[in-house]
Amino acid sequence: MSHANAAAAHADAHRTSTGLSHNKLLMWTFLASDCMFFGSLIMTYMVYRGRSVTGPYPDEIFNIPFTSVSAAVLLLSSLTMVLALAALQRGKVKVFRVWILATALLGTLFLGGQYYEFTEFSQHGLGLGTNLFGSSFFVLTGIHGTHVGLGIIWLLTLFALSFRGLVRQDNAEKVEIAGLYWHFVDIVWIVIFTFVYLLPY
Amino acid sequence: MAQSAFTLERSAPQETALSRLWSWLTTVDHKRIGKLYFFTSLFYLLVGGLLALLIRTQLAVPNNDFLSPDTYNQVFTMHGAVMIFLVVMPLNAAFFNYFVPLLIGARDVAFPRLNAFSYWVFLFGSLLLAASIVLRTAPNAGWFAYANLTNNTFSPGHNLDYYSMGLQVLGISSIASSLNFVVTIINMRAPGMTMMRVPIFAWMTLITSGLLLLALPSFSVGLIELAFDRLFGAVFFEPSAGGDPVLWQHLFWIFGHPEVYILILPAFGYISEILPTFTRKPLFGYPFMVYSGIAIAILGFGVWAHHMFTVGLGTVPNAVFGTTTMLIAIPTGVKIFNWLGTLWGGSIRISTPLLFAVGFLGMFTIGGISGVMHASVPIDYWQTDTYFVVAHFHYVLFGGALFAIFGAIYYWFPKMFGRMLNDKLGQVQFWIMLVGFNLTFFPMHLLGIDGMPRRIYTYTEEMGWATWNLVETIGAYMLGVGVLLMAYNMFTSLRSGQPAPADPWDGRTLEWSIPSPPPVYNFAEVPVVSSRDELWERKLKKQAVPAAVKGGSGEEAEGIHLPPPSIVPMIAAFGLALAGGSMVFKEWILVGIGLAILLFSIIAWSLEPNE
Repeated sequence: MSHANAAAAHADAHRTSTGLSHNKLLMWTFLASDCMFFGSLIMTYMVYRGRSVTGPYPDEIFNIPFTSVSAAVLLLSSLTMVLALAALQRGKVKVFRVWILATALLGTLFLGGQYYEFTEFSQHGLGLGTNLFGSSFFVLTGIHGTHVGLGIIWLLTLFALSFRGLVRQDNAEKVEIAGLYWHFVDIVWIVIFTFVYLLPY
Repeated sequence: MAQSAFTLERSAPQETALSRLWSWLTTVDHKRIGKLYFFTSLFYLLVGGLLALLIRTQLAVPNNDFLSPDTYNQVFTMHGAVMIFLVVMPLNAAFFNYFVPLLIGARDVAFPRLNAFSYWVFLFGSLLLAASIVLRTAPNAGWFAYANLTNNTFSPGHNLDYYSMGLQVLGISSIASSLNFVVTIINMRAPGMTMMRVPIFAWMTLITSGLLLLALPSFSVGLIELAFDRLFGAVFFEPSAGGDPVLWQHLFWIFGHPEVYILILPAFGYISEILPTFTRKPLFGYPFMVYSGIAIAILGFGVWAHHMFTVGLGTVPNAVFGTTTMLIAIPTGVKIFNWLGTLWGGSIRISTPLLFAVGFLGMFTIGGISGVMHASVPIDYWQTDTYFVVAHFHYVLFGGALFAIFGAIYYWFPKMFGRMLNDKLGQVQFWIMLVGFNLTFFPMHLLGIDGMPRRIYTYTEEMGWATWNLVETIGAYMLGVGVLLMAYNMFTSLRSGQPAPADPWDGRTLEWSIPSPPPVYNFAEVPVVSSRDELWERKLKKQAVPAAVKGGSGEEAEGIHLPPPSIVPMIAAFGLALAGGSMVFKEWILVGIGLAILLFSIIAWSLEPNE
């Protein structure tokens, strides 16, 4: 088989029935599944809302202004994520590096806030096994934090790979897919913030 | 690209036992992964069957002390868990892996390494779950593990930790492989294969994968909460802290009921492939088969509380869930009638796959009818937790799912291994199993109506259940003989069976257009599809059968791009299972090592050249 034919066959191998790349379709499908995952965790929290038999209760320990700031930090990271992708799509790798690093830093800042919050709560006597609120709150927000943490590792990997020329304008979809995940994790936080913190107790 | 293009020539020279083993450990070929799933789950079929025979031996006579009550709890729990998670699901996965790419005219799945990862996670997860049997601390709270039987007070041993960790790991395998099959079926169809030309088995695979993706997370969350309760002292299911055991039931059954369709929809797929082939008629009502499959999946999410009628949810929820449950009978009935319509007026060829398919129709219908019976709340009050329910779900899962799988084995074995199975022996097996099956499970209806409860380890003479129980035990041993016959049939066929031609059944679908077994690249030339029964169409029009190439020599593979083998998926899976297994024993250092292995192999995975 001539080289040209082989190249054509190779291009053919990347043809997909929908025109959507495999990786992007995989991410969308995974997010659908993850929706159900967080849905079940949030449902558990909602079912157990107000059913703890001992304190501390949410209204005694929530620091809404603090958590609002850390929520804003996480939402801001969605903006920098968009800017990172836009830069890469225009071929500006250096600008991409700045924004992707900023995204990871904002994510880390959010996790730091969560760490501070968890420590505060445990000083107020709320442990994992203290009451239903403790169990359902720590497991829900902890698993969300784990999602953020994995996202940070992913973003930093993309950052590092860009120095080896593995993240470029022509495969910016890699970053787009990481972005899908990152935005999803942010959206989940909006839901958690609303249902867990803002809903009057 | 050239340096990583994998050709047969490169793997061929100097095959030693070690290099052959290595080639299996690193394989990313969907057909090899399919075979790995196939043999692993057949092994577990023997394990699950043995557990069933232990149950039946214990119940054969009244006041028996063959098994202690605690052992009995472990045995019936593991019989259910093994048969569901380690037999029917992975046997279906074996056929998804081997045949979905062939049916849709693809050269592999969308993510070959993720596919290998799914298998290894399944294998290690299954070993974690099965290790508990060997160590005699198997899960003992039923496959549904109702809270609060499962907390540290009532279950202080490791039994339920194996359950939460083993099933969590197995769930990750299912999620990974479902993602893969959704993308493969949506994105890798051969040119011209529109969604309404996709063979029904591939359609059912797509629907099953979608169900798994949406249903499993609820169970994963339940297992996480159970693990947090048991390992870290959380109080999710602790009634003294206000925890609600019924929440577990909801989380479990929101997964558990769609799971029933996860087990049976692939069976609908096998039947829909076998019946047209052996009646020489196109499948009757193809669009109805597709849409009713989708309808079953959607309705399947709205019926979970029919497992909880006696929990005390109230009349309104019970009435709603009873109604939605009865609604499911409609799309299922549509399917049954379409299969009958396919049989009607066809030129039927009696052979083992056809017999199992027809056996499926009869047995599944009986199970479906008893299912509609206890969809009615007052009737369920009477039948719940009796042997009537055991009879019902064995008619749909054994007479249904497993009969269909046996049919699929006889249908597709020649394609997978290039050898025919002995059809006469297969027919003998079918009749032994049909009789044995009905002897085992039909009397359970009668015992259930008479009030014999499930999960009891023995009963007294005065209850009057001895005769039917003995009959059931005799039937169960007949089923055992049937399974051994199949094992013997496979064994002799692999050693000295008659070589299988490419198209032994005058098949309709693309897998029969390529050699048996197929070459590593499947299709030398990707077929262009213009019909639902593409191969029949081509044979009718006397068109050249696509890609009639000799397999194995490798010259034809030149220029066909195949993914390189990789050990990384297995290492990643090992890390995951190590972390899960160490959680059981609270060995936190090992958990950390396992997670680190997983993380680093995922990074290595993403850096590995794969195209």
